[in-house]
Amino acid sequence: MRVRRIKAIAVKEVLQVWRDPISLMIALLMPFMQMILLGYGISLDVKHLPVCVFDREASQLSRDLIKRFQASEYFSLVAGFDNYRDVTRALDRGECQLVLVIPIDFTERLSDTGTSAVQAVVDATDTNTANIAIGYAEAVVGGFSSDVQVEASAMKGGATDVVQPVDAQSRVWFNENLESRNFIIPGVVALVMALVGAQLTSLTISREWERGTMELLVSTPVTPMELMLGKLAPYFVIGLLDAVFCLAFSVYWFTVPFRGTLVTLFFTTSLFLIVVLGIGYLISTAIRDQVGAAQIGLLVTLLPTTLLSGYAFPIDQMPLPVQAITYVVFARYYVTILKAVFLKGSGFLDLGAPILAMIVYAGVIAYLAARAFRKQLD
Amino acid sequence: MSAPAAAQIEVAGLVKRFAGVAAVADLEFAVAAGEIFGLVGPDGAGKTTVMRMLAGVMPPESGRIVIDGIDVIADPERAKQHLSYMPQRFGLYEDLTVDENIRFYADLFEIPRRLRDERIGPLLAASNMAPFRRRLAGQLSGGMKQKLGLICALIHTPRILLLDEPTTGVDPVSRRDFWRILYSLRESGVTILISTAYLDEAERCTRLALLHQGRLKYCDTPRRLKQLMPGVLLTIASPDARAVRDTIAGLEGVSGVLLVGDGVRAVVDDEARRLPELRRALASAGVPFGAVARTEPTIEDLFVALLRQDEEAA
Repeated sequence: MRVRRIKAIAVKEVLQVWRDPISLMIALLMPFMQMILLGYGISLDVKHLPVCVFDREASQLSRDLIKRFQASEYFSLVAGFDNYRDVTRALDRGECQLVLVIPIDFTERLSDTGTSAVQAVVDATDTNTANIAIGYAEAVVGGFSSDVQVEASAMKGGATDVVQPVDAQSRVWFNENLESRNFIIPGVVALVMALVGAQLTSLTISREWERGTMELLVSTPVTPMELMLGKLAPYFVIGLLDAVFCLAFSVYWFTVPFRGTLVTLFFTTSLFLIVVLGIGYLISTAIRDQVGAAQIGLLVTLLPTTLLSGYAFPIDQMPLPVQAITYVVFARYYVTILKAVFLKGSGFLDLGAPILAMIVYAGVIAYLAARAFRKQLD
Repeated sequence: MSAPAAAQIEVAGLVKRFAGVAAVADLEFAVAAGEIFGLVGPDGAGKTTVMRMLAGVMPPESGRIVIDGIDVIADPERAKQHLSYMPQRFGLYEDLTVDENIRFYADLFEIPRRLRDERIGPLLAASNMAPFRRRLAGQLSGGMKQKLGLICALIHTPRILLLDEPTTGVDPVSRRDFWRILYSLRESGVTILISTAYLDEAERCTRLALLHQGRLKYCDTPRRLKQLMPGVLLTIASPDARAVRDTIAGLEGVSGVLLVGDGVRAVVDDEARRLPELRRALASAGVPFGAVARTEPTIEDLFVALLRQDEEAA
């Protein structure tokens, strides 16, 4: 193996990427676009749900309750109605997610019997959001209800502090504000690496076949190993640069906490890059036209990374057979590591299992890639 | 077809099949040091396949290839150090400049930088490429691309040069540059195997091999090959060449009737007997014609006549 030949191929590859606008765009612009799109586009947080109100009583008390909804950051009041027809229409049109209906005898029943009911009509097209909306609505009403109770007992001259017998005090770790962005963005790094790495390398050998440069290349003394190292080295560097960019963008733009060490991050990122680049290279040696190679590249890297890595869709909520499949999705291990490194500050010891899985994966792919290219026309 | 002493290229019993169809069948020839050996034949004759097998980029089905004393089939990588192969399709990087392409190939052959820089100057000068060093290869003309290919092939000073139709689509001026370089290489002892579809170029070779349907039909010097010409080539000048062609085409002993600029060319098997018959036939048909002259056959005439003869025999 000669370093000079590896270097010659690497330099050539860099010049070609530099002069090819599409490759350059994939390398430099794609990470930026993905960060923006996925960083802003995907949010699992339910905030400022549009709420409509049909206040049939219009009393002091009912207005107090509505104000509670207004004050909550989970809801935004968008309209008030005075008949059921409008309520139905607003839900049909998707103008609001939830309609609060306060009965005509709300205050009266409350003072007479001590209890009263309000109705919440929820659009459950998206069951997840609907469940969350119901939960938040119950919390708001619950808060209102206990305040009413306190006030009522004060009026009667009783104790002003009604003590709840058991109070659950939850403390949230690792993502203290429950920002879904903090959960999603670390995984986006994996997505960017998978896309950039596999896209660029899947073209690298097929381009030589397609443009007719391979015939001359195989007539030189260059070895398959030199060819592979020379071709992948530039993309490895590009991948690491993209990783640095993604990290900086996550921390400084999206203010995702980074609690781990850079060493852990770059070690695991390097492993992930070896796998992604190796897969791209394998595809490239097997498929000799660039378009075909790029499509297969997307199919085997980006798709499983998006759907099965757990970057946005938690693996433990998937059906069991699908969960089993995720174990062969290499991105799963990297996403696990990324989230732990970003949010928990985990180190090598905490992440032994996923790191080992990635080392095995990288080893197998590197071995296959090194043997994939045969210096022959057929 | 005697094998020259001190053969630089030796091919014996070479066979290659694609999907069961023989592309090269039982090929055998030898090329001596310092020869310019021409491989000619119609498209599909197997020229490119032979070149690829010799270059060590395509394994043959069976047979033996020895280049510069190295068994190419057993050790293609070692043979590649000594030979240079220029494929028919332009194989350089169009998005790299002339200089970058040359440096790339010099690096692959591990030519020391100083030596490389010493060699580049004369090679660029000989091919009139010096002003285009910074131009992208994709922006060169066809002829310049081929000359760049030759420079890249020569940067590691190979002892054997395999050129697959290097002058196809090249303008006459560049072709002349190209051949001047080949002759100077020959003087310095480089053995050249060249395939070509231009038969005027074939006459510049020291020896020629005619390949047809994967088989070697004839192999000798151009001068000796011409003696194989069956019959005599005649040129009949006429103001109405078409009429001449139509009149003589069916005559006995006349073949290969071809329209040329100012008349018709035809091959006759026996000049003394057929010439009077020809004149008589033309006169009785009332076709005007002028001088009838014996013409020195070109390699093209020869090969067309030989291939036709073989077809008739088959």
